[in-house]
Amino acid sequence: MRLSRFRERAMQGVFFLTAITSIAAVVIICIFLFCNGVPAMAEIGFFDFVGGQKWAPTNVPASYGIFNMIIASIYVTAGAIVIGVPIGILTAVFLARFCPAPLYKILKPATELLAGIPSIVYGFFGLMVIVPFIRENFGGNGSSWLAASIVLGIMILPTIIGVSESAIRAVPESYYEGALALGATKERSVFKTILPASKSGVLAGVVLGIGRALGETMAVVLIAGNQVQIPNALTDGLRTLTANIVLEMGYSTGLHRQALIATGVVLFVFILLITLSMQAIKSRSEKNG
Amino acid sequence: MADKSIKTDMNDEKEIRAINKVSFKQRMISYKRKPLSLLMLIIVAAAAAISAAALIFIMVYVLIRGIPNLTPDLFALNYNSDNVSCMPSIINTVVLTLFTLIIAVPFGVGAAIYLAEYAKKGNRLVKIIRTMAETLAGIPSIVYGLFGMLFFVYALNWGYSLLAGAFTLAIMVLPTIMRTTEEALITVPDSYREGSYGLGAGKLRTIIRIILPSAMPGILAGVILAVGRIVGETAALIYTYGSATGYAANPLSSGRSLAVHMYVLTNEGLHTNQAWGTAVVLLVLVFGINTLSAFIAKKLGNKKG
Repeated sequence: MRLSRFRERAMQGVFFLTAITSIAAVVIICIFLFCNGVPAMAEIGFFDFVGGQKWAPTNVPASYGIFNMIIASIYVTAGAIVIGVPIGILTAVFLARFCPAPLYKILKPATELLAGIPSIVYGFFGLMVIVPFIRENFGGNGSSWLAASIVLGIMILPTIIGVSESAIRAVPESYYEGALALGATKERSVFKTILPASKSGVLAGVVLGIGRALGETMAVVLIAGNQVQIPNALTDGLRTLTANIVLEMGYSTGLHRQALIATGVVLFVFILLITLSMQAIKSRSEKNG
Repeated sequence: MADKSIKTDMNDEKEIRAINKVSFKQRMISYKRKPLSLLMLIIVAAAAAISAAALIFIMVYVLIRGIPNLTPDLFALNYNSDNVSCMPSIINTVVLTLFTLIIAVPFGVGAAIYLAEYAKKGNRLVKIIRTMAETLAGIPSIVYGLFGMLFFVYALNWGYSLLAGAFTLAIMVLPTIMRTTEEALITVPDSYREGSYGLGAGKLRTIIRIILPSAMPGILAGVILAVGRIVGETAALIYTYGSATGYAANPLSSGRSLAVHMYVLTNEGLHTNQAWGTAVVLLVLVFGINTLSAFIAKKLGNKKG
C-alpha cells in the first residue's frame, strides 16, 4: 500500500517536471540568446547597432548597423499584410457565412493544405514563378520587396483565415437575425453586425499572421534579393533580419557571428512583443465575452 | 421585405427550417435596390476564389514541373554531385523525425497529463505554463536554429549532428504536442475516471489504463501534425543538423533533411530540374502526413459524436 502511494507521488512529480519543461525551454532560450547577443551589442554600441545604416562585417574597420534590415523586415511584413489580410478576412467571411456546404467541404481543407506547404517550397515556387514574372512585367531583377510580399501574403493566409473564421462563427446568431429582421440584406447584416462583433478575434488572427511574416526565413531569403538597403520601389530588393542570419551564419566568426546572434535577439524581442500583444488581445476578449 | 428576411442559411439541422424561400428573382430585385450588397457578395466570393486559386496554382505548377523529373537517378541509393539523389536525405529525415518524437512525445504528453489531470483550475503556475507554451509556439524557426546552434552545437559541443537537430526540433514541436494531447484528454468523459476510481484504481492507473488509451487517436493526430512540421522544417536545421550529403550513421554525425536538401539545391541553382522533383517528394510527404492526421482526428470525432 505504501509502495503504491509512493509510486503515485513519484509519477505526479514526473508529470510536473515535464510540464515545466516549456518554462525551462523559454528561459534557456532567452538566456542563451541574450548572453551571446547583448555583449556584441555593447561592443558595437547599441545605437550604432540598431540605428546604424551600414552593414559591412568584412570591411576593416567593420561596421555592424542593422537599421536597414529592421526597416526591411517591417516593409516586407507590411506588404504581406496588405496582400494577405483583406483576402484572408474576406475568405473567412465567405467560409463562415456564404459558403454552400458542399463547397465548404473542399475549400476548408484547401486552406489548411496551404498551411502545410513547407516554406522552402513557397520560396522555390516564388523564385521560379513569381520572381521571373515580376522581372518581365515590372522591371528590376525580380527578386524584390514585391515578390517577398506576395509570397508571404499567401503564406499567412491560412493563419488569418483559420483564426478569423472561428471568431466569426463565435458571434451569436441573434446579432445576424436581428439585422435581417430590420430589413438589412444578408451582406449588410454580415458586414455591419457580425464582422464588427468578431473584431478582437480577427485582430488576433492578424497579429498571429504578422508574427509569421516577420519570422519567415527560407522563403524570404530566396526571393527578396538580400541587398542591405531601404527599398525605394516595390521592385527593389531588400534583406530582412531573418535572411541576414541565414545568409552569413555559415562563414561568420568572432564579432561578426556575435552580431548575427544579436540580430536574432532583435528579432526575438520583436516576436516577444507580438506574442505579448496577442495575449493581451486574447485576455481582453475573454473578459468582454 | 418580410419573407425575404426569414430565409437564413439554416445549415444546422437542429434548427427549425424556414418555410419561406427567396426566389432567385426576388433576390436580384433586392440587389438592384441595394447594389452595394451585391458588390460585397462578389468581393467576398472573389477573395475565397483567390485563396483557393493560390493553392491550386502552386500545387499544379509544382506537380507539372516536378513529376517529369522524378527519375530513378533522383532516388539512387548514394548521393553524388551528378544525380543529387534525395534518397539519403529522405532516410535522414525519417531518422530525425523518430529521434525528435522520442524526445518530444514523452515531455509533451506528460505536460498535457499534468495540465489536464493534476493541476487545479485557476492555478497560477498552470497559467504561466500555458503562456510559455504559447510563447514557444510563436518563436520563428530561425530563432530555434540560432538557439540550437548556440546550445547544442557549441555549448554542449555536439557539433552539427542528428542529436542537435532532433533536440532543437523537439522544443519546437513541444507546444503542438502539448496542446493537441491536452485537448484529447479533456474530451475523455469524466464518467470514465469515476468508473475507474469506483473500482478501486488509483489516479496513476486510471490515467495509464483508462484515459490515455481512449485519448490515443487525438494524441496520435497531434503527433502526426508535429511530424508534418518536422519534415517541412529548414531554418531550424541548417545550423544544427548541418547539410552533409551522406547518411547520418550515428547520433553525432551531420546529415541533411529533405527540406534542407531542397534549400541547398535551390541555392546552388545548378540542379533546378532535380529541385522540382524534390519539391514534389516534399509536398507529397507533407500532404500525406497532414491528411493522415486529419483522418485520424476525424475518426475520433465520429466515435465520440
